[in-house]
Amino acid sequence: MATVRIPPVLRPKTGGQPEVEAAGDNVGEVLRALTAEHPDTQSQLFGEDGDLNRYVNIYLNDEDVRVLDGLDTAVKDGDTVVILPAMAGGAF
Amino acid sequence: MATSMGTQTIEEIEPFEASEEIAAGDVVLIDTREPHEYQEAHLENGRLVPPGLLGDEIAEAAPDKSARTILYCRSGNRSALAAAQLQALGYDNVASMSGGILAWQEQGLPIVSASGMTAEQRERYSRHTLLPEVGVDGQLKLLNAKVLLLGAGGLGAPTALYLAAAGIGTIGLVDDDVVDASNLQRQVIHNTERIGMPKTESARIFIEALNPDVKVVEHRLRLDSSNILGILEDYDIVVDGADNFPTRYLLSDASVRLRKPVVSASILSFDGQISTFVPFEGPCYRCLYPTPPPAEMAPSCSANGVLGVMAGTMGTLQANEVIKLVLGVGDPLVGRLLLYEALGTRFTELKVRRDPDCPICGENAPEIPESEMGRFPDYQLFCAG
Repeated sequence: MATVRIPPVLRPKTGGQPEVEAAGDNVGEVLRALTAEHPDTQSQLFGEDGDLNRYVNIYLNDEDVRVLDGLDTAVKDGDTVVILPAMAGGAF
Repeated sequence: MATSMGTQTIEEIEPFEASEEIAAGDVVLIDTREPHEYQEAHLENGRLVPPGLLGDEIAEAAPDKSARTILYCRSGNRSALAAAQLQALGYDNVASMSGGILAWQEQGLPIVSASGMTAEQRERYSRHTLLPEVGVDGQLKLLNAKVLLLGAGGLGAPTALYLAAAGIGTIGLVDDDVVDASNLQRQVIHNTERIGMPKTESARIFIEALNPDVKVVEHRLRLDSSNILGILEDYDIVVDGADNFPTRYLLSDASVRLRKPVVSASILSFDGQISTFVPFEGPCYRCLYPTPPPAEMAPSCSANGVLGVMAGTMGTLQANEVIKLVLGVGDPLVGRLLLYEALGTRFTELKVRRDPDCPICGENAPEIPESEMGRFPDYQLFCAG
């Protein structure tokens, strides 16, 4: 099982949980396990073509999966998958 | 104590011994550093003779080869080398001060700062100058630094507060908003009396009362592609606390063009992110976030709320990054994104890499026209904040 860290904007779709346990041998499977458990996250993470949306960054532990094998990146038990959308809250 | 250098033996003396000799008089004191170091701070009556000019200038600075001559530099290496050279030239009573001016200052001995730290400034910044990583040199760097804050609100307020207290010499503030009662839960440089006042003016009043050394420049406007380059040009470092994506991308594109470092943070509810973008040394904002999210993935603090202290936590982290960049010490968050979750009190660090295909800072990225800065092909599709 991997731990998936849910960003604040997605927490309403996971019942407010900041972390969700999900099974899978690679990052894509883990994320699909998440969307199966919490279907409202599907459209936020994946486009209609089934690819990850470009505005969502996914990290396996501290590394961007774009520099690993993308959704095919292997996941071990105890790994953390971080979902990171850009945030712009700040100043004014 | 004596140090061997080649076939020569150099006399080394501790700063307190040097200070006693200097106080007793009849000492020729030579500063063997570069002019810019000397200008920042030197010992009283220290005469500058840079290492490269030693052969030419020492006869004038120290005409008597039998006089007691004490050499110092920053940490004691260059002065030992110079002492060996002087001995070879026939000076027979030369000593090098071990540890240099750094050790001298660590022992609390007085220095002269030529670019003008006043007595009040020496007192005000004494807890900085006591730090070896800052010192008088570093404090003078801070006093000469020009930092632009994008936003005088949630993140800008605590950042401005600590940068002003630290003695950043020029603080520019970009904000076209006025102080609102709903700001005061987190925007700690404004106050109840100043509700309705332009934020840049309220911030200036606060900063001037805190530290008269700081010059505040008010930019009461919103940044756009027509004005951003002219404003950024005058500053060394930019602090991004913008509340919307178009401004963040615009700033990123302009800062890459002008090669200005950007300390960028954002906050929402109980969560914060911060990174430092140094153009061409590390990734830019577009390398991290190639595409802005659609509106439903980009809520604002005004719609979703933010814990007030989050602004303080992330804003002071921004101030810390700025100060490190100015001083050139430590490891700024270049190539790293730091996440902070206040509810769990947890920090997470993620790696951020330069994207070789980045349209702005990538290897083959063409320079874009100014009108294109901050834009996307699908610009109209995303929320304007």
